[in-house]
Amino acid sequence: MEVQTHSGNVLMNTATMAYRNLLKTVHNPDQFMDVIVQPVMFMLMFTYLFGGAIAGGVQAYLPTIVPGILIQTMLSASSGSGAQIREDLDSGVFDRFKSLPMAHIAPLAGQLFGDILRLVIATITSLTTGYLIGWRPDVSFGWIIVIGLLAILTGWALSWLFALVGLLAKSAGTVQSFSLITMLALSFMSNAFVPLKSLTKPLRVIANFNPVTYVITAIRQILATGSWTHEALLVLGFDILIVAIFAPLTVWAYDRN
Amino acid sequence: MTTINAIEVSHLTKRFAQKTVVDDISFSVKPGEVFGLLGPNGAGKTTTLRMMTTLLKADAGQVKIFGHDTVKEGRLARSMFGLTGQYASVDEDISARENLMIFSRLNGLSRQDAKARTAELLTEFSLENSADKALKNFSGGMRRRLDLAVSLITRPALIFLDEPTTGLDPRTRTQMWTTIRKLVQEGSTIVLTTQYLDEADQLADHLAVIDHGKVVKMGTPAELKQQIGGTKLAFTVNDQTQVAQAFKLLGAQVTSAVQQTGQQLSVSLKQITQLTPILSALTQAKITISQLSVQEPSLDDVFMNLTVGKN
Repeated sequence: MEVQTHSGNVLMNTATMAYRNLLKTVHNPDQFMDVIVQPVMFMLMFTYLFGGAIAGGVQAYLPTIVPGILIQTMLSASSGSGAQIREDLDSGVFDRFKSLPMAHIAPLAGQLFGDILRLVIATITSLTTGYLIGWRPDVSFGWIIVIGLLAILTGWALSWLFALVGLLAKSAGTVQSFSLITMLALSFMSNAFVPLKSLTKPLRVIANFNPVTYVITAIRQILATGSWTHEALLVLGFDILIVAIFAPLTVWAYDRN
Repeated sequence: MTTINAIEVSHLTKRFAQKTVVDDISFSVKPGEVFGLLGPNGAGKTTTLRMMTTLLKADAGQVKIFGHDTVKEGRLARSMFGLTGQYASVDEDISARENLMIFSRLNGLSRQDAKARTAELLTEFSLENSADKALKNFSGGMRRRLDLAVSLITRPALIFLDEPTTGLDPRTRTQMWTTIRKLVQEGSTIVLTTQYLDEADQLADHLAVIDHGKVVKMGTPAELKQQIGGTKLAFTVNDQTQVAQAFKLLGAQVTSAVQQTGQQLSVSLKQITQLTPILSALTQAKITISQLSVQEPSLDDVFMNLTVGKN
């Protein structure tokens, strides 16, 4: 009658939780709508509406807008993690996870590793849309992979931040509106869509402080020069730092909940 | 020889802001028994349960599960019980089989064992036919069964059931009771919270009645009923002119007060044997009665007596 169990380790628990998240998305493929529809729509809208006004032509605007939309999509895709965690907490299923003899970080880590799939899909959609409307970066395919990975890592680091918001917020609705505002503010007050020198002084100062500007600059530099730059290294370090700070904070908030 | 208690709760206290929700509660649960936490809405049952199951930190006091402190040996304590929450805490978006697989894996079963246990539980809880359907299409009863099945993956010796039948229809409720009784027969210790008195009466060996965060009474259902007063006898005197006479007659036979509502008289009996002399005295006095009822006290009476309703 005895059921054989062994105390699972963190990695195994996390893998199981990530598998759970994948299953959830497989059963609800509409969860991918935002990471597919949004980049396509924004890419087309910005390029054809503003390309002429901002860069003097669609073709000339593409090197600016493709990295911009890519990072904007990462921001909104990563903010989904927060809302998802809040929903799970409210549904009571996290109570069950907590009552199990497993590692406490596993439900969170599982969620966030499972969300990598969303980030990958968002990245592929953004870059493919860019390619289809004529974006032809002058670097080898290897560097495209590099900027894709850098974007995904950035999105993943941010998803820890949004997970913390999800844990501290009162409802999924709160998380969503907070995420939307953050996403809009961070992506528009940066160099994502317009050249910095076109901005007024105060706005330029803000944009220069905005981490999104650094990420986009790093990606544009790699695409322009076909080499790893100082800025890219800075972004990589920044991403690691965010995870190092926010992962423990998120687990703390989870335990406290 | 002393056997170790399944649960030992001592001086458990929880405050939310200024309000003391659980106020210095202590009790113990013996292995193999069904222990019921009974109380009206908002009495502190669920909060107590959440502290016992490590979901909530207590402000003061201690909980031991089979001798293991839930704070100091949290993971060990957690490995000894299964929990079925008030709200079906399974994954809505995935199927029953996937739920069981994932929770089996999280409980530390190997992939192969998890598969076998999943199949076993699906059969045991008659869920095979809907095993791969999305939970959205499940009825309340099926969901509750799955929820219980998930709590039983590791065959824990101790099972917490938080309002297991709230919101279920009478038939599903009875099915749930049958399942719970079967678990008891197999040797499980069960702690359940409920606001249904008949449920507590049907299932529990011991009860703690909780109100406003305090244990107001503890004992077996029979003991609690006895404290409220024994068997209740009630009848209607057919002829209105004889009511006063019957009242006097009845009063001579019992020590407790006779209650009168119109032509109906009622009285509490210490023992059922008191019934015969009362009836023969009435017959001798040629008083005819109707609508005679002899009722064991229900837990409803206990409940009403012990708890102060908010409304």
